[in-house]
Amino acid sequence: MKGMTLIVRTITDFVVGFIVVFGTYIVLYGHLTPGGGFAGGVIIACAFILLLLAHGKEVAFSKLGENTAHFLDSAGALVFLLLGWVGMSAGWFFMNTLPRGEQFSLFSSGMILPANIAIAFKVGSSLFLAFSALAIFRRRSFRAVIEEELT
Amino acid sequence: MESITPQLYALLVFMIVGSVIAIETRNLLSAVISVSAVGFALSVAFLFLGAPDIAITQLVVEVLVLIILIRGTILIDNTAIETHRDTLAVVSSLIFFGLLLGFGAMIFASEGFPEFGEPLMRVSKVYVQTGLPATYAANIVTAVILDFRAYDTLGEATVLFASILGALALLRRDGKVSRREVATA
Repeated sequence: MKGMTLIVRTITDFVVGFIVVFGTYIVLYGHLTPGGGFAGGVIIACAFILLLLAHGKEVAFSKLGENTAHFLDSAGALVFLLLGWVGMSAGWFFMNTLPRGEQFSLFSSGMILPANIAIAFKVGSSLFLAFSALAIFRRRSFRAVIEEELT
Repeated sequence: MESITPQLYALLVFMIVGSVIAIETRNLLSAVISVSAVGFALSVAFLFLGAPDIAITQLVVEVLVLIILIRGTILIDNTAIETHRDTLAVVSSLIFFGLLLGFGAMIFASEGFPEFGEPLMRVSKVYVQTGLPATYAANIVTAVILDFRAYDTLGEATVLFASILGALALLRRDGKVSRREVATA
């Protein structure tokens, strides 16, 4: 797929950084303000999807490659599972054993901050993968695929 | 809770109308946009009910799903639906709605149902009271989903992981063999 017009591409270059920063804020402050790993991960994925729509496949995949996205997807899920086992070593599954820190500060509430970050990586990269699968699929037209399957 | 009820009813009527349009319209793109309008109204309803966490997540996911569904529908050349609905589906859905309304009336008449805005607080009372001292997370929603009920969140992450894996396996191009090639081989 080709990119869109010059206007769309210029605005996209201007806006993508802000979207990623906002998504990172939503993830990191998930335990203090509304938001969390899921919403922040989807926002970051939307930034990359905007790149994919405006600039085309090559630019978006040079920023976040398919294999990298696969790796981050699996790594996020595994880190989240690992946090559960860290709690298991101290008592029960997902026990909050890490140091709590100071109330209402960024590095507080033990396991919740790393779990938010892991979920953000997992959700963001997997949704980007789902959209990029559609973009790759579009190389052949839908009708050609259907006719090939039917004959 | 009394003052926001009219707004909630207006949003509810809007969502019901949107859902009916999404079902009844013949154009696939119009149906997708109607479903998304229902989703956006739902996120506004969550804001009125005082759940900004859910509202953010609903809004963001709705944007993503709208983009994906529009891309999915414009891939298909013929977006108009021409087949008619069969009578069995209409009859069974009418029976379903009759049963739903009947049982709902029975539950509300028996007064065993809590008032709107006054939920049962058996489990959630413990979460609200011990959430901040036990986890140090100021956002009670995050404290519940990542500490008290982290096992649920693990299940949700597993569901997402498995579904993305399945979608990629179905949509992949490498190593895919068409039926024609299988027949000639």
